[in-house]
Amino acid sequence: MKKSVILGTLTVAGLAAGAAGAATLDDVKARGKLNCGVVTGLVGFGAPDANGEWQGFDVGVCRAIAAAVLGDPTAVEFIPTTAKTRFTALASGEIDVLARNTTWTFSRDVDLKFDFVGVNYYDGQGYMVPKALGVSSAKELDGATVCIQTGTTTELNLADYFRKNNMSYQPVPIETNAEAQQQYLAGACDVYTTDASGLAATRAAFENPGDHVVLPEIISKEPLGPLVRHGDNDWGDVVRWTFYALVAAEEYGITSANIEELSAGTDNPEINRILGTEDNLGAMLGLDAGWAKNAIAAGGNYGELFEKNIGENTPIGLSRGLNAQWTDGGLMYAPPFR
Amino acid sequence: MSDTHQQSIGYVRDSMLPETAPPLGEAGAIKWARANLFSSVANGILTLVALFTIYLLISAVLPWILNGIWEAPSIRACREILDGATGGCFAVLTERWNQLLFGFKYPSDIYWRPTLAFVLLFVAIAPVLFRKVFPAQMLVFTALYPFVAYYLIWGGSILIPIFALLGFVVGYLVYSRFVAQSFAAGFFGGIVAALLFWYVTGFLPVEGILALEEVPSRDMGGFMLNLILGTVCVSLSIPFGIALALGRQSDMPIIKWICVVFIEFIRGVPLITLLFVANVVLAYFLPPGTNFDLILRVIIMITMFASAYIAEVIRGGLAALPNGQYEAGDSLGLDYAQKMRLIILPQALKISIPGIVNVAVGLFKDTTLVSVISMFDLVGMIRGPILASTEWNGVYWELLSFAALLFFVVCYGISQYSQWLERELQTDHR
Repeated sequence: MKKSVILGTLTVAGLAAGAAGAATLDDVKARGKLNCGVVTGLVGFGAPDANGEWQGFDVGVCRAIAAAVLGDPTAVEFIPTTAKTRFTALASGEIDVLARNTTWTFSRDVDLKFDFVGVNYYDGQGYMVPKALGVSSAKELDGATVCIQTGTTTELNLADYFRKNNMSYQPVPIETNAEAQQQYLAGACDVYTTDASGLAATRAAFENPGDHVVLPEIISKEPLGPLVRHGDNDWGDVVRWTFYALVAAEEYGITSANIEELSAGTDNPEINRILGTEDNLGAMLGLDAGWAKNAIAAGGNYGELFEKNIGENTPIGLSRGLNAQWTDGGLMYAPPFR
Repeated sequence: MSDTHQQSIGYVRDSMLPETAPPLGEAGAIKWARANLFSSVANGILTLVALFTIYLLISAVLPWILNGIWEAPSIRACREILDGATGGCFAVLTERWNQLLFGFKYPSDIYWRPTLAFVLLFVAIAPVLFRKVFPAQMLVFTALYPFVAYYLIWGGSILIPIFALLGFVVGYLVYSRFVAQSFAAGFFGGIVAALLFWYVTGFLPVEGILALEEVPSRDMGGFMLNLILGTVCVSLSIPFGIALALGRQSDMPIIKWICVVFIEFIRGVPLITLLFVANVVLAYFLPPGTNFDLILRVIIMITMFASAYIAEVIRGGLAALPNGQYEAGDSLGLDYAQKMRLIILPQALKISIPGIVNVAVGLFKDTTLVSVISMFDLVGMIRGPILASTEWNGVYWELLSFAALLFFVVCYGISQYSQWLERELQTDHR
């Protein structure tokens, strides 16, 4: 039986590969489950908890999409991917959407043939120093020893930053984040640099997090967002606008607490359009009228997801920063629902 | 004459002295210490340094273990309880032991099923490992075990493993019917009959007949996954390895070259590459939606890898036999199969035992590589979900020591068994 499966699959593989790009929305509906690619484990962004339930900021995006398309936030098959397997998993059709802290870059968008539908977390490289060092700005780091992961873009960004500001530094090359924690705590370097969200998570794991500060300077752009395959624009639209519904919901004050009340009808036509009580935006996407309502009810709006998983009241304690709404000086800006 | 010396001898002892203990410095602990620890100045210094090192190690590790916290909801709570004292945060093991052993998606109410399969594994391998102790009738259970274990771990309808078993039975019946005429007819006839049987039964509706709750392969994880991969791949790769080793020594050029190319190619490629092929490259060839079981793909790849190594180990064993053994077989009028089965392989395999065990132990530890292709085996569980949870981020030593302990127990057990087996099979006079 297994043999016939292999032979059969080999023969139709060529034909099917071409068809993989089209009509993901229909596939998901027929399957009754969303195949969502997630990280194998990243603090705050995605990991199964003690009961085996996936939790996290990126996981929340998956659940919102499942709720919008299938009306059920639990109808998700989470497919863990590593940094090495994530793009093949998406390109081969094993997953419908990849929500795995993936940086939006030119080559990934154009050359690898993916579509980034938005940015759910604006990250960037930052610096962490012990409070005892008495440094409050990265500009004061002249002559510092810096722990840096070798062979990454962070290494290049660091060199650029110090050269630009006419400062010198002593690099301490390290291999992994775990090693970096040990080296930094042992005092082998004054500064540890990696993505700001990673710094916050690392700091949260310290015995005395209060003794260390993340400096305000961010020296690189790392826009992380969900992505889909190139060429299926209908499905791309579904994912894109589900994400923007979460962002817009925060802007207009739609929360998981008041969503039932608001969906009875309000004076604000934009809210009514999002919640499906005016115009039928859902039908244009090929979804129910209540698609965005389901997505927001799944885990709350963008701000709620942020606060619950990585916000200031969690052990990770990230502040909104660039990820605040545009009305609060951040970059979260949903196009109009109209 | 007898009294000649009477006056010159002042005292003659007329009874034996009782035995006294040897001088203090020449017996017991002191003698042992002097002979073994302080036989020279240099050795004395080394002894003191070693003692001091052991003291340092113990004084660092012992409080860490004894002071360990076993009940706490997170690493921060652990640190609060410890309040600056040294101590391990073993609470992570208390809270996540089930995930470490079974993975995070295996339904917790049916943990008894893989546990039972694990216990039955010992019943199944006992008659194979200790032939003289256990009755040969137990081998019947050993033959049934793979199907029982599949049914217990994966669940689903009982008919699937039964049909799989019957396929082998049908194949064997056909084989034994035709083998008298020609080995090839029996061999290939048996394979064709088994495949035909599986193909036909593949159409039968088997859903829900005596079904246990079904668990998809994707949900397997933890140490269970390491054990499944290790057991299945080792037991499959030994027969494949023997076949490849014999094939490589064969006089038939096509068979010989197929075996040589297979062995050299597989040995020339790192296991991690084969795993990536299993996970990533095959996904391109499979149509979307067809999910050709990932564990099965990985088992095939690891088995191929291990059989290539075992084939070379066994070829070493075959090469070590003097030519006279082969000629002895020929002169007795045995055919190839009889000669191999009765004379050559028993000797060659005995020589190969240390090598085979070496491969088996290495292979078992290599199963942790599957964490790189996002399967949550023991190491994958630790590196991924557990260290990435906000509760346990930062608990390294406790988790990895636990993993090391589990692997050590299994690997040391295998190694001890193989040493016992070597002594047991030893027939020469050394």
